[in-house]
Amino acid sequence: MKSIKDLEEIRKRTYDTINLRKDQPGTRVVVGMATCGIAAGARPVLLAIMDEIKKNELADVVVAQTGCIGMCRLEPIVEVYKPGEEKVTYVKMNASKAIRVVNEHVMKGKIVQEYTVGAEEN
Amino acid sequence: MKELSLHILDIIQNSIAAKASLITINIVEDLTTDVFSIEVIDNGQGMDKELAERIKDPFITGRKTRKVGLGVPLLYIACTRCQGNLEIQSDKGKGTKVIAWFKHSHIDRAPLGNMIDTIIAIVIGNPEIDIIYNHRINENEFNFDTREIKHILGEVPINEPQVISWIKGFLEEGLNSLNGGARI
Repeated sequence: MKSIKDLEEIRKRTYDTINLRKDQPGTRVVVGMATCGIAAGARPVLLAIMDEIKKNELADVVVAQTGCIGMCRLEPIVEVYKPGEEKVTYVKMNASKAIRVVNEHVMKGKIVQEYTVGAEEN
Repeated sequence: MKELSLHILDIIQNSIAAKASLITINIVEDLTTDVFSIEVIDNGQGMDKELAERIKDPFITGRKTRKVGLGVPLLYIACTRCQGNLEIQSDKGKGTKVIAWFKHSHIDRAPLGNMIDTIIAIVIGNPEIDIIYNHRINENEFNFDTREIKHILGEVPINEPQVISWIKGFLEEGLNSLNGGARI
């Protein structure tokens, strides 16, 4: 059974890492969650990103959502904002592509060119 | 949409866009009356009566990126296809209530699908918004309220990966027992 007591344990365990995080700007990963994104499969993409962040214990990465970006035919769309770098837009995402983006771009700083909007439009 | 839970995720996006701080989702599956109903209630900015009437029309939308909005119309069509309907009650400045219902046994009614993923997706992307989720199947009810979780967490954000795992497990257990112990 999942109990409230477990939750209290989690609070104690994570409290220190949270204070640590406040001092450094982290990476933001944003998933488009409008009707177009949801219908195209944004939900499993968002959840896969979250799972991968947990698996690799990435303390300085935040997942957020946004509305329609205006390129519905390219959904699901994921944007990665790294501090001091230009935004990278990934299109036609799925769960496995999203995991690769977390592993290569978010963790190692290597942009996955073939999934970017630039590669798609060329 | 393949699942009603995706429609729910989509309708909730409207509440988020309307700057709601509290969103309540009520799902009732009543087999005696053969009704499947979904309510999404928010305390966002709301809209006037005239707009609330017309919102089922895909060419009516509040957004600026383009002149078509499909969220509500898609759910409306899903309802009417299953001998149900969709109603929107809204008060400017107070909030909006979307009520969608279906004939439970209708062959065209999409399955509810994964409500756990829908709730988790909302919480991850919108940690500042509170979610109440009540789900009733006949006499059995399951309740979930992020305000209770935040109360225990204190300064720890609700979208912390370990907290998200806990919520996922909590929802799984609750919904499994609601479904009579069957795995969902």
